[in-house]
Amino acid sequence: MNISTISAKIAGGGRIDADEAWALYEKADFHELGHLAHQVRLRKHPDSVVTYVVDRNINYSNICVCGCRFCAFFRSPGQDGGYLLSREELAQKIEETLALGGTQILMQGGHHPDLPLSYYEELLQFVKSRYPIHIHAFSPPEIVHFSRLEGCDVATVVARLRTAGLDSIPGGGAEILVDAVRKRVSPHKCSAGEWLGVMAEAHRQGLRTTATMMFGHEEEPRDRLKHLFALRDLQDRTGGFTAFIPWAFQPDNTALRCPPATAVAYLRLLAVSRMVLDNFDNLQASWVTMGPRVAQLALHFGANDFGSTMIEENVVAAAGVHFRLSIDEIRRVITAAGFRPQQRTMAYQWVE
Amino acid sequence: MLDSRCYEELGLASVLAKVQSGERLTVEDGERLFVCPDVNAVGALAHAVRSRRHGNRATYVMNQHINYSNICVNGCRFCAFGRRQGEPQAFQLSLEDVVEKVRERLDQPLTEIHIVGGCHPDLPFTYYEELIRAVKTSRPGAYVKAFTAVEIAHFARKENCSTGEVLGRLKTAGLDMLPGGGAEVFSPRVRQLLCPEKVSGDEWLRVVREAHAMGIKTNATMLYGHIETHRERLEHLDALRRLQDETGGLVCFIPLPFQPANTQVEGVQPTTGVDDLKTIAISRLMLDNVPHIKAYWIMLTLKMAQVALHFGADDLDGTVIEEKIGHMAGAQSDQALTRAELERVIGEAGFVPVERDCFFRPVTHVE
Repeated sequence: MNISTISAKIAGGGRIDADEAWALYEKADFHELGHLAHQVRLRKHPDSVVTYVVDRNINYSNICVCGCRFCAFFRSPGQDGGYLLSREELAQKIEETLALGGTQILMQGGHHPDLPLSYYEELLQFVKSRYPIHIHAFSPPEIVHFSRLEGCDVATVVARLRTAGLDSIPGGGAEILVDAVRKRVSPHKCSAGEWLGVMAEAHRQGLRTTATMMFGHEEEPRDRLKHLFALRDLQDRTGGFTAFIPWAFQPDNTALRCPPATAVAYLRLLAVSRMVLDNFDNLQASWVTMGPRVAQLALHFGANDFGSTMIEENVVAAAGVHFRLSIDEIRRVITAAGFRPQQRTMAYQWVE
Repeated sequence: MLDSRCYEELGLASVLAKVQSGERLTVEDGERLFVCPDVNAVGALAHAVRSRRHGNRATYVMNQHINYSNICVNGCRFCAFGRRQGEPQAFQLSLEDVVEKVRERLDQPLTEIHIVGGCHPDLPFTYYEELIRAVKTSRPGAYVKAFTAVEIAHFARKENCSTGEVLGRLKTAGLDMLPGGGAEVFSPRVRQLLCPEKVSGDEWLRVVREAHAMGIKTNATMLYGHIETHRERLEHLDALRRLQDETGGLVCFIPLPFQPANTQVEGVQPTTGVDDLKTIAISRLMLDNVPHIKAYWIMLTLKMAQVALHFGADDLDGTVIEEKIGHMAGAQSDQALTRAELERVIGEAGFVPVERDCFFRPVTHVE
């Protein structure tokens, strides 16, 4: 398959198929890949703006019955170090976030063995009744877990959480959307079909969501592309995804033995994602896993968003990676790459 | 390289033509590359030049760094490593300490010992001669790359003799090569503000020229990302290019991003990834007569150094161990890498890893 033919197709705004994506991923020259992805990004966002969101990752609990092999964050029920945040702790974290100009919280947690759905509903009502803040919470595996514990379907869980104040759903827990891989690395987590099903249902009920990919563990390179095409197909049907966020698996303190994905591997995947996901408006760079230098370069490899300021982050930190960036530093890095920094909301509306 | 229309749109058609025909770039060409908004376009040019020279090979060295002392009379404002004599954290290794450090790693197949230190106020010159002899005796198979041009000039002043004599005596003691440090940025304006006690840029170039004339090869560095302008970076590169036209003695050029933590340079933020990559790429494009460009992972982080292999660099330095100068200034990288890790990173970037010695000759280990 000829790379220049595929390049011409992309430059002309055409959609690439799985074979063409694979040819680019395998064979295209590094700069050519970055250049093509950047052209697609500039077509979608011609104003040279790079956005970011001021938010805080709040993990309500690390107690989890899922036991994924790639996770350094969870504690099994009864194990030392397990916690469940109190209302007071949660309130304090939200007040700090608002004081720092934050507009949203990203709230996720482990698969707790015995909290009823009403616990999460009351949590949402508690936050919404007190604070003017967007709640981006409960990834699809949590929602599937809630539905099993509660003995009701996913549509009911989504509807009840939405009524209680849920504003949008984060794209976590997607890992690699190929069941053969999931069976190896996260055998107790929801299937690829269930993950996509939660997102389809959320979109149907009017909730926007993001999508992630965690790569660089036990998957094959072709599995990454299958993941991208599964997302593209769903987005064709619903249009509910706001952004795609690929990030590299961090192996420290986990049960998987493999070296961390390199920067070149990350940038190649990001660029191919930009070209495959022609129906996604936004791609986020991951400074939390790749560091500010590589994340800045990612703005020339297809990303148009610098993600979150991460006032708090626990999951990647548990895997031994501790990058920290202030809002000023994020703005400086974006500016130095030749773009204009702009704070946004979860729905990618600008915050003035 | 990217499509020629892309360079036309960026106003770089003439630069592209020069790169394609192998014509030398001017300082003005370099300025246009620095302000080019498309870092991939600049990187692709440098990658073409790098690939012409080195194919798909990328090298690394099995080496050990030894800093014999951080006691220094210069007090450069950008340095987090130097201490005045008597200050807390000031240290000075005895010859026995140095030999011990070398012996600790005799089981590893190292080919290079890299030795640098501060400009010490009162160590006698015989210390340095004995240092080289002791290292050579302890590890006869390794090359000793030691003492920057700044240290050589300092030894000569202390010993009240010429730099030629200092170089001659060290060569007799077993010195194989000089590292490239202390070049900073040659601009007198910058040196007056940041390192007024240090030898001038002209003096650095003179000592290196003299070393080359005596058959001692050297590297060259540039410390960028503090108060210098793009023009001053390019004039630094141009000065090295003219020196290399005369002598041919430069083996490798190493751009070093300034690390501001714990230094006396205030109000300067660390360099960003795009600036690092453009600087490496433009160094490759300007220095048409210097064989190698190193992405020094200690200062860049390993992730960025790997990317830099696509932006004109052909070398990652090496295993290092116990690096002090960059880490005291807040460098976030690890202290050491294994051969397996270096080869993995090079291979994942799409290059063939080749172990080299300090002269960049391939190393073959006989088992």
